[in-house]
Amino acid sequence: MDKIKSLDDLKRMREEAMKKRDATTTSGKKQVVIGMGTVGIAAGARETLKAILDLIEQENLSDVVVRQTGNVGIDSWEPVVQVMVQDQPQVNYGKVTPEVARRIIKEHLQGGKIVEEFVIPS
Amino acid sequence: MAFYRSHILVSVDPECVSKGAHDIIDQLNDELIHRGLIDEVQVLETSRIGDPTLYGPDMMVYPEGVHYARVKSKDIPFLVEEHFLKGRVVESLRAEIKAFSDEELGAPMPKEVRVVLRNCGKIDPTNIEDYLAEDGYMGLAKALSMTPDEVIDMVMKSGLRGRGGAGFPAAKKWQLARAAQGEPKYILCNADEGDPGAFMNRRVLESDPHSVIEGMIIGAYCIGAERGYVYCRAEYPIAVRTLNIAINQARELGLLGYNIMNSGFSFDLEVRQGAGAFVCGEETALIASVEGARGEPRNRPPFPAQKGLWGKPSNINNVETYANVPQIMLKGPEWFASMGTEKSKGTKTFALAGDLNHTGLIEVPFGITLREIVYDVGGGIKDGKGFKAIQTGGPMGGCIPESMLDLQVDYETLAAAGSIMGSGGMIVMDDETCMVDMARFFMDFTQDESCGKCIPCRVGTRRILEILNRISEGNGREGDLETLDQLCKEIQQDSLCGLGKGAPNPIVSMLKHFRDEFEIHIKEKRCPAKVCRSLIHYEISSEFCTGCTVCARNCPVNAITGERRQAHHIDPDICIRCGICAQVCNFNAVIVN
Repeated sequence: MDKIKSLDDLKRMREEAMKKRDATTTSGKKQVVIGMGTVGIAAGARETLKAILDLIEQENLSDVVVRQTGNVGIDSWEPVVQVMVQDQPQVNYGKVTPEVARRIIKEHLQGGKIVEEFVIPS
Repeated sequence: MAFYRSHILVSVDPECVSKGAHDIIDQLNDELIHRGLIDEVQVLETSRIGDPTLYGPDMMVYPEGVHYARVKSKDIPFLVEEHFLKGRVVESLRAEIKAFSDEELGAPMPKEVRVVLRNCGKIDPTNIEDYLAEDGYMGLAKALSMTPDEVIDMVMKSGLRGRGGAGFPAAKKWQLARAAQGEPKYILCNADEGDPGAFMNRRVLESDPHSVIEGMIIGAYCIGAERGYVYCRAEYPIAVRTLNIAINQARELGLLGYNIMNSGFSFDLEVRQGAGAFVCGEETALIASVEGARGEPRNRPPFPAQKGLWGKPSNINNVETYANVPQIMLKGPEWFASMGTEKSKGTKTFALAGDLNHTGLIEVPFGITLREIVYDVGGGIKDGKGFKAIQTGGPMGGCIPESMLDLQVDYETLAAAGSIMGSGGMIVMDDETCMVDMARFFMDFTQDESCGKCIPCRVGTRRILEILNRISEGNGREGDLETLDQLCKEIQQDSLCGLGKGAPNPIVSMLKHFRDEFEIHIKEKRCPAKVCRSLIHYEISSEFCTGCTVCARNCPVNAITGERRQAHHIDPDICIRCGICAQVCNFNAVIVN
């Protein structure tokens, strides 16, 4: 980290520090967890992940956290995406192609409506 | 704006760098590119995460919040594959940093306004970036863009008074040092905090050290000092350590040292430790201690502003005074002056102690009444007992009884009530407190801490303590109270420094408001609050005693005798009045007279 030699330097460091601080807090954010176990990757989870990240960047969504996990145990439903929004119950989606993922972001995360047809029956 | 799903914060604390942190960053980036993850995972530099000697080189991965420690170059390919591709935490590299729970500073109580304490508990004091994210050092940047006179003017307008106890206007002190002849000039911070039970300064030093450092740099700029010292008591090792870490980090970023922020102003800072003397909280004794001499106060004038450290113009202020300065620069003097009373502006931290439901640190604006502090902020007296008195200002302050609870807290009102603001200790006493015992407690402390240089303090406090001890033991004599009155007056008038002048204050106020309690001790040889050990005796009521023998088995001096199922008896000659029998008895059969 370089020395601060002016007010602009200080402001820049403050921006970076604030960005790091925001990166560290997950509370109050919507979480999207993608299963990236062997079966998930075989079923195309990497493409699903890329689609989700691209859409978040495009739409400039600042309150979404994307995480990955291993095998969740329901291989026939891979790629599996779990969505957690604040205190609402967790929603598990199955067979999430990049197209379905885009719908989930738009309709569930942004619109607040669960995409029922892709929810894994319990 | 690019969206990264994961961030890796790698510590570039100098010790981590010497262990290869920069190589690790390069390798991480290479590996992420190799795995096609470079658009999803961002690698960032950060200052200290965990203790580098234990954990370095280390990194934090978010959003999971996983801490990887002692990471070597050869670990990186595996780490990237496991964690970022497969989503599995690498347990072999993981290290937990102990999270601590805050027991001394909770969420703000009603009527609190947290200015000095705003960051405490919320930021990582060993990471300067946390402070920067909270507008850290922006106040300094602003000050450096103004002239020293303009900055002093701003602080003057805010009405900031020294928070160490005397309440002298801070800007005025700075002006005097600025105008004084002599070079080099010095700036000092009094972090000695000797009042028993007061820990406001400690909290700020341990949790938000940069607020003090920033305040000192601004002060140094105003008076024209190139060197500064923080005199911190040795009983605060964590504060000393945290301060040193903070100073080093500020230096690394060029906020301390040569030509700060290209302003032409150079200043550096160092920590000096005390060695267990309360008197070194007095400014001239403190200066003597920094010089390497025994901590003894000097005659004033000349004041430190004219002839201070090594005979040069020096400015010395309390930790809290400096901690307020950055906020005043950022938010403006009008904001600061909008809080408080006409003569006492801003907020003050207090350490509430004693028989309250909610003790610990609080910060309130001046003008709040004592009643509000005791009942609204402090939650009222514990166990539903009654309020007796509140001692403000520590061993140099006075006690304030119930009749004066509606006094507004500010420097003038407390002084008029026979007490002082002090550094902010407030001890609340319930109706089971003996005022003779409290007077003895405070005098015992100040007598012990007297440096011995002047007779009124050295001998006078000893005599007062002797009289108080006699009264508390049941050997009070006719005329004792008159002797105390006279001694107190003489010591207050003739002592060399604030310790001596203030030592009699608790006694004077207690004699004024609770004189009858002293008289009962002397004339009736009785302690109404049942505290003074020589004047009470423990008895077992034969009416309630069931002969269960629990008390006899727990008595540390075997003073209780009795057969099973028969009323027990305490031998008053052996009993040491420890009170254990009363505590363990399930039948309330132990009475104190």
